Amino acid sequence: MELKKINDFIWEIPPRGKMKVPARIYASAALLESVRRDRTLEQAQNVATLPGILKASYVMPDAHQGYGFPIGGVAAFDEKEGIISPGGVGYDINCGVRLLKTEYRVEEIRPYLERLMNEIFREVPAGVGKGRKTRLSPAVLEEVLLRGAEWAVDNGFGSRDDLQRTEEYGRMKEADPACVSRRAKDRGLPQLGTLGAGNHFLEVQQVAEIYNPDVARHFGLHSVGQITVMIHCGSRGLGHQVASDYIRMMEDAFGTSHLADRELVYAPLQSSVGRKYYQAMCAAVNFAFANRQMIAHWVREVFKRVLGSNQGIDMVYDVCHNVAKFEIHHIDHQKKRVCVHRKGATRSFGPGREEIPACYRQVGQPVIIPGSMGTSSYLLVGTKEAEELSFSSTAHGAGRLMSRHEALRRFRGETIKRDLEKQGITLKSTSWKGVAEEASGAYKDVDEVVRASDAVGLGRLVAKLSPLGVMKG
Amino acid sequence: MEKFRFLPHTADAKFQAFGRTLEEAFAHAALAVCHLMWAPEKVQPTQEKVVEVDGRDLKQLLVAFLEEILFLFETDDFMLAEVADIQIKRQEKPPRYQLQARFRGDRIKEDNEIFGDVKAITYNEMEIKETPEGVSLQVVVDI
Repeated sequence: MELKKINDFIWEIPPRGKMKVPARIYASAALLESVRRDRTLEQAQNVATLPGILKASYVMPDAHQGYGFPIGGVAAFDEKEGIISPGGVGYDINCGVRLLKTEYRVEEIRPYLERLMNEIFREVPAGVGKGRKTRLSPAVLEEVLLRGAEWAVDNGFGSRDDLQRTEEYGRMKEADPACVSRRAKDRGLPQLGTLGAGNHFLEVQQVAEIYNPDVARHFGLHSVGQITVMIHCGSRGLGHQVASDYIRMMEDAFGTSHLADRELVYAPLQSSVGRKYYQAMCAAVNFAFANRQMIAHWVREVFKRVLGSNQGIDMVYDVCHNVAKFEIHHIDHQKKRVCVHRKGATRSFGPGREEIPACYRQVGQPVIIPGSMGTSSYLLVGTKEAEELSFSSTAHGAGRLMSRHEALRRFRGETIKRDLEKQGITLKSTSWKGVAEEASGAYKDVDEVVRASDAVGLGRLVAKLSPLGVMKG
Repeated sequence: MEKFRFLPHTADAKFQAFGRTLEEAFAHAALAVCHLMWAPEKVQPTQEKVVEVDGRDLKQLLVAFLEEILFLFETDDFMLAEVADIQIKRQEKPPRYQLQARFRGDRIKEDNEIFGDVKAITYNEMEIKETPEGVSLQVVVDI
């Protein structure tokens, strides 16, 4: 496939066939090699054919093949002529990452680390088929879908300040629980306040390196050795069911014969089913915000119980990396309201955007990029340039390199745990198989991903966070 | 005859399922999905659920059918062990497929190990091939 090199980190596939815009890839030469090995570029070209797509179909540095859209794909659509696609959001709606900072230092918590992890493991349900002991009532679920993290805070999970430091302030206002099916709600009822499985995790980390002390201080990180907590999870079965339901409804409304790939099914933004999907998606987003809000609260409780205090455990930020949103962007010097799909991509608004809270507006939003199990994660800051480059988006993680099947053949959960222990990292998991599948060797090098993001200007490096305790779902 | 076979896939799980008939291939696909989460042969078939789904075409029918496994697991703690009395009917106008089956299985128990999660059934790389020799299906699930 012919790729036009723009510079060392930007590559383009010019429009051809039914493509309305180019496909644009942000990657180092090494990352590009792995992107070329699967169907990522073919999928990015398919996205470029969709009605109302603006500027380009974008591929982030950590991209790999998805279904319909690539994971690590970003596309914005014209509000009037454009479309919305569940495949452009992903099944795990508002899969995202929350970062908390503490005022503890690594040497203070070392002696308590094992107990801390054991208690977090007990407090936060994780793994497959693990629900809460007490089920939500259907009436409460409606509230959760409508109000997201706001509902959680009003019910004693955390503080109003947490909402300030959450994307969308923890609630997408267009949410309509009536657009979420009974089946999706049934799947959601036992799962609120659970981590889930797969690549979802909760980590106690330390700040390993600070690249930009000024911005880091804005985000509450002041020194190497400071303890942070990272929570990575999403909307669980409720979000998956919303995606499946609307894929089916869109097929029934518009057929499938016009689609290059059936997972690319879409609806015009102005159609009834398109609007309803958006409102249902917002409700699932809210479910995930409430989920992470509750988990963060339990983590604080455990810190208090084990270490005596949870003073100073504050949110850095909470970001979504599977979502579609209406945002104002400049296109050809004109302000335009567009629907940005980010599937496995993180919003990275730079300074001045009114969507980000006052406390960060001067420097840009925190961008949280989790690594794979046992490797470092990164905190970045959004940039002004990203608006022009990628509709204000950057990578979302390491990106998978090897199939789970292959990972199982190559790695053993028990060995991984031992190796991590040698590095001083405690690992808790419900499944050895899950540990092997999520081996860091099965992922791309997250260091390379954030370097590419920084070099292109999609998001600039602020700090590196390395794990001390890992709880895998 | 081989019931199903897993194939390599970067991020997700991909399998092919085979059967002499469409019904048998669908039932084998259900077992393949179970194998990503638990060992169906170790689950006691103590309970039965009647499953009825429909679809505008066979692919939609297959997605809806396999989704029932996830739905019953997540909402009812039901682990599928075997599929019985599966029947697929085709209506000509408008084209519509209907499926009926019995799911036999058990509630989640301590000794039934659950080792994996399936988030969703997708259309990605889905193939349904009907030949005089039999039927083969290919499915990628999001895990």
